[in-house]
Amino acid sequence: MPKITYIEASGKEHVIEVPAGQTVMEGAVKHNVPGIDADCGGACACATCHVYVDPAWAGRTGESTGMEQSMLDFANDVEPTSRLSCQIKVTADLDGLVVRLPKSQH
Amino acid sequence: MIVGAGQAGGETAIRLRQLGYAGPVTLIGEEPLPPYQRPPLSKAYLSGALPLERLLLKPEEAYAEENIVLLKGAPVVWLDRAQKRVRLQGGRELPYETLVLATGSRARALPVAGADLPGVHLLRSAADVDAIRAELGTARRMVVIGAGYIGLETAAVVRKMGLEVTVIEAAPRPLARVTSPEMSGFFLDVHTAAGVRFALSAQAAVIKGDERVRAVGLVDGEEIPCDIVVAGIGIIPETSLAEAAGLHVHNGITVDRFARTSDPAIYAVGDCVSRPLVHYGREGRLESVHNAIEGGKIAAAMIAGQPPPAEEVPWFWSDQYDLKLQIAGLFNGYDETVLRGSPAERSFALFYLKEGRLIALDAVNRGAEFLGGKRLIEKGASVAPAALSDMSKPFKDIMTAALASQ
Ligand SMILES: Cc1cc2nc3c(=O)[nH]c(=O)nc-3n(C[C@H](O)[C@H](O)[C@H](O)COP(=O)(O)OP(=O)(O)OC[C@H]3O[C@@H](n4cnc5c(N)ncnc54)[C@H](O)[C@@H]3O)c2cc1C
Ligand code: FES
Repeated sequence: MPKITYIEASGKEHVIEVPAGQTVMEGAVKHNVPGIDADCGGACACATCHVYVDPAWAGRTGESTGMEQSMLDFANDVEPTSRLSCQIKVTADLDGLVVRLPKSQH
Repeated sequence: MIVGAGQAGGETAIRLRQLGYAGPVTLIGEEPLPPYQRPPLSKAYLSGALPLERLLLKPEEAYAEENIVLLKGAPVVWLDRAQKRVRLQGGRELPYETLVLATGSRARALPVAGADLPGVHLLRSAADVDAIRAELGTARRMVVIGAGYIGLETAAVVRKMGLEVTVIEAAPRPLARVTSPEMSGFFLDVHTAAGVRFALSAQAAVIKGDERVRAVGLVDGEEIPCDIVVAGIGIIPETSLAEAAGLHVHNGITVDRFARTSDPAIYAVGDCVSRPLVHYGREGRLESVHNAIEGGKIAAAMIAGQPPPAEEVPWFWSDQYDLKLQIAGLFNGYDETVLRGSPAERSFALFYLKEGRLIALDAVNRGAEFLGGKRLIEKGASVAPAALSDMSKPFKDIMTAALASQ
C-alpha cells in the first residue's frame, strides 16, 4: 500500500499506509492525524483539508480543478504547492508522498 | 457518555481526545455501524461510487486506538437524570457523569395508505440505501416524493442510471422550504432537461400495489405508475429520550450557545437541537454537517474545560449532476437578491440581502463566491449590489474591498 508522510505544523510526522483509490485527506482523517478538518468529508465543498505538497512531489499529484483553485484562494497561508487533500487520489505512484499541514484550517 | 453515534456524536468523541480529555468516553449508537457520513447516501453511495468503508467517518479500530468505547446496535431506551444513568434495550444500565445527546433525526414517514408496501423507501440511513440499491437493478420507474435536496439528489442519481423518474411535490416549486423561487426555477429546469418529470402542487394520496408498489395515486386522482418509491419529505428531530426525561424541548432539544441543555450534566448537539443562531439573533434547528461538527466541537471543548470555538455561519452543500451547490447563511427574510455569473453556463451565485446586508448565498460551481460570501455574512457586511454582480473583478477582491469599508 502507498505510504504517505503527513507532517503537522509542529513538525510531528505520521507515516500512514493509504489504500490506492482513497484520497490523501482520507488517509489522515481515518487515522486521527490532527490538522486536517475535512468538514465536508471530501465533497470539495469546505476547503478545510488544505495541505502543502512537498515540492519534490508537486508535479505528481495531478491537476487541480477550477473549483479547487477558487476555494484554495481563500485558505490561510497559501503556497504554490497548496492543494485540497480530498482532491488528491492516492495511486501506487504516490508511494512516499510527503505533505505538510497548515497551522489552521479556519 | 455520548448517546447517538452519528456525525455529531462521533465528532464529539474524537474531539474530546484531540483536546486531551483523559476520562472514559463511551459512544452508544443504535445503528449497526460506527459513525458514518450521511451526505453521500443520496449521492455517491447511492450511485455505488463510494463503498461503505469510505462512508465511515473513521474505521472502527480508530475508536479503540483513541480509547473510546463504541457500542453499536445499542438503542438507549431510557434516561434517568436523577440517578444519572441510561438504560439500553435489553435492560443493561450504564452510569454517566456527563451526557451528550446526539440522537439526530429520523425521516418523516409517508402518511398514506400503502406506505408499507415493498418497494417504498425512506432515505436516512445506510441500511435504507442498501435496500434501495438492491432494487435498482430491476426497477425501471421511480417516483420520488418530496422535492427537497435529498429527493432531487436521488432523482439525479437514478436518472443518470437510466431510470424514468417522476418527482411529486406538494408545494408549487421544488426546494420551496430551503431556497428562493429563482433557485427553484434553476433546478427545475436542470432536472427537466435531464428528463425528470415533475408533478408540482401535487400530493400523494395512496400507494397502490399488491405484492409490491405499482403506482402512486395523487389527491386529484391521477396515477403515476412506478416500481420503486423514495420519499424524502423532511425529518423529525429525535428528542424522545430528552422529552421523556423532562428536558426542555421545543422543535428540538433547547440548548444555549455552549450546547448546554436545561440539565447542567447534559449537552446536546446536531440535528436534534434547537440552538441560538448567533448571526441571525434567533433560535433554530439546523440539519447539516456543519451544525453536527460544530456542536461536537463546542460540547467537547466545554467538557474538556477549554474555550469553545466561535460559531460559523451555517453552511451546506448539495451535488446534483455536474452541479455543486454551496449554501452559506440562512436566506429567510431577505428583501433583495443579486445574481452574479450565468445560470445558463451553470456557474453563478445568488446573493440574499436584507436591508443592504448580505445574509445568505447560493453558489453553483462557484467556490470563491461561497467562501468569500460566507466571510462577508459572518461579519454582517453591507455590500452594494453592483459590487456583488461585477464580474470584471475576482470575488476575492470584492470581498476584501467590502470588508475594508465596513
Ligand atoms: C440522505 C442525506 C443527505 C444529506 N446531505 C447533506 C449534505 O449534502 N450536506 C450537509 O451539510 N448535510 C447533509 N445531510 C444532513 C446531515 O447528514 C445531518 O445533518 C447530520 O448527519 C446530522 O448529524 P447527527 O449526528 O446530528 O445525526 P445523525 O447523523 O442522524 O446521527 C444520530 C444517530 O443517533 C442514533 N440514535 C438516535 N436515537 C438513539 C438512541 N436512543 N440510542 C442510540 N442511538 C440513537 C441514530 O441511530 C443515528 O445513528 C444529509 C442527510 C441525509 C439523510
Ligand atoms: S474535505 Fe471539504 S473540501 Fe476537502
